[in-house]
Amino acid sequence: MLPTNIKRQGRLVPWLYLAPALVIMLIFIVFPIFNTISLSLKDKTSTRSAEASCVAGEPCWGALENYRYALTNPEMTQALRNNARWLMLMVPGTVIVGLLFALLADQVRYESLAKSIIFMPMAISFVGAGIIWRFVYHIESGGGEQIGILNALLVQLGASPVAFLSNPAINNYALMIVGVWLWAGFCMTVLSAAIKGLPTEVLEAARVDGANGWQLFWRVMLPMIAPTLLVVTTTMVINVLKIFDIVFVMTGGNFGTEVIANRMFKLIVTDTGRSMAIAVLLIVLTIPLVLFNMYRFRLQEVEE
Amino acid sequence: MRPFSRFNHVLHRLPVHLALLIMCLLWILPTLGLFVTSFRSREAVRASGWWTILRQEQQPGQAEYETYCASCHGLRGNALAEADLSDPAVVEKYPRANRLLPVLKQEINGTPHLSNPVLPEDPKEALDTLTPIVAYLQTLSGQSTQVTRLTLRNYADALVGYKGTQDYLTDCEQGTASILAKFRCDASDLLNPEGMGRAFINTLIVAIPSTILPVFFASLAAYAFAWMDFKGRQWLFAILVGLQIVPLQMTLVPIARLYVSLGMADTFLGIWLFHTGFGLPYAIYLMRNFIGALPREMFESAHIDGANHWLVFLRLVLPLSLPAIASLGIFQFLWVWNDFLVAKIFLATHPVLTVQVTNLIDPRGGNWHILTGAAFLSFIIPMIVFFAFQRYFVRGLLAGSVKG
Repeated sequence: MLPTNIKRQGRLVPWLYLAPALVIMLIFIVFPIFNTISLSLKDKTSTRSAEASCVAGEPCWGALENYRYALTNPEMTQALRNNARWLMLMVPGTVIVGLLFALLADQVRYESLAKSIIFMPMAISFVGAGIIWRFVYHIESGGGEQIGILNALLVQLGASPVAFLSNPAINNYALMIVGVWLWAGFCMTVLSAAIKGLPTEVLEAARVDGANGWQLFWRVMLPMIAPTLLVVTTTMVINVLKIFDIVFVMTGGNFGTEVIANRMFKLIVTDTGRSMAIAVLLIVLTIPLVLFNMYRFRLQEVEE
Repeated sequence: MRPFSRFNHVLHRLPVHLALLIMCLLWILPTLGLFVTSFRSREAVRASGWWTILRQEQQPGQAEYETYCASCHGLRGNALAEADLSDPAVVEKYPRANRLLPVLKQEINGTPHLSNPVLPEDPKEALDTLTPIVAYLQTLSGQSTQVTRLTLRNYADALVGYKGTQDYLTDCEQGTASILAKFRCDASDLLNPEGMGRAFINTLIVAIPSTILPVFFASLAAYAFAWMDFKGRQWLFAILVGLQIVPLQMTLVPIARLYVSLGMADTFLGIWLFHTGFGLPYAIYLMRNFIGALPREMFESAHIDGANHWLVFLRLVLPLSLPAIASLGIFQFLWVWNDFLVAKIFLATHPVLTVQVTNLIDPRGGNWHILTGAAFLSFIIPMIVFFAFQRYFVRGLLAGSVKG
């Protein structure tokens, strides 16, 4: 409920307070939405319809030609596949690591210190994180000593060094590990707050009834934090769909690591129509999740 | 039995402590590697991994000295009082290997100076063996400085954007021609457009207004939404907050083109307004929730006392909303500080820290010593903000996790 006003004011007064925000949002958010959609229906020149870039004898979707590119071009299908892989591995990865850490840290006295260590990557830029991990994954291909810690470890164990970032068999997983390192702290913080908010009487009662730690977790805690778990998961899905900086800094999308947002960035200047079609695709993919998340957030606030 | 139960308790918890310790180590190790590397010289970074920093590093010639001389002269060179190798006056007499060789050929009390092992017979080989020993003797006697293990020169290189083959300070001392063409070797080099120093200032210029503007405009709007009556209040609020779902990528090209046509491309004003626009939906939502929860009686008595809206907003609402403003401000500030995409597109000619760091990346990894220093320069402010205002930061981040 919005509280009712205290004192009647002139009709114009509220709009004076709203004007700066309204004008800026109109220019910077509302106008671009429509402009982006219309640009996505144009070709490279942004003046002719996208149909102009169709090649005779090849499939063509008319004005939606850029969307054909966004959904069927090999570069894009690779990006879509990679984003799907990120979704399947990094989202559960961050949530499980975050939950595990929240549960473990809850039991010790140095909880806040341990948690700030895990959370710290969230404070620095994705670009910085990319540099940190490029160094971890560094491979010395000449005769020199390995100065990247992972390859040094491999050599120490008698194995040969691995090109973590350019070997297509593993580089996507190498990037996902960076993602987990970055985002696990976020998941941990949200889940930790949920765990601390659980009513102690319920947990006590379960313990008195003879539940062991394992049962307590699966039967009592997990169902009770399920709503939070859901919000964290959807938030991570949104983040992963938009993943960009990590890939841009570490591989530039080369060696089979392309993702949707990086593809969009690469095409911004060279083929704006296609780039904007990818942007629209991105928003179509994320909107349902964002709406769901906002709905859940409101719901939680009402419950509180 | 008490001590035992205590011990059992600790033992029972051991796996928990161990798991936490391992995870914390894993999390901190990558950053630690970067941090340590940023203080190592170019040669050291190339020669060995950063974790070897704790290992006792051998000085040049130390191994040869220990083979031939240490058995009698001792590891520190001062075991024989009559031939104290840690005494500069003694070592000064043998500045080169060919001055040292004749002495070693002489017998001492009828036995060869060097018996176990003996020097190579071939004079040239013998001299080659002695050269590092002479160098080490000079280190031992304190005539030459030890090879420095840690250095701040990488940070100087990163700050001025040095890209030569030595390092900035050395080049300046030697007056290398190539560096004089680009640098003046005084404080003004900190503003070199390719350096992190300039990028730091650019980032500050971007981040401060990009934080203040949305927070202020959002507070104004939130006050109107919370405590004023006007038509369409509810649905307008819902729409504005709903704009949070629009992802950044949607707005880049239209705004970039708008800026070009207005002559605002690559201006600070342009990026301030962009960050403001993009930050407003969430900011309005957060501020409205906070301002709407302020006690109603306060507003009533203020109005009875004759205060108008503007006065109430300035004197009551803003000061009382400080906790929310802090959360929001810190969140927005770090968001802008760490942003890469927006700065890359809208401010190409005034690179901010994140953009400048990517400019320094060498695909072959030849400049880790500078790149690591540069990356750390970009972390300083976020780290300070994070550790000083952790509570607010976490709160802002949690509430803002819906942001597009």
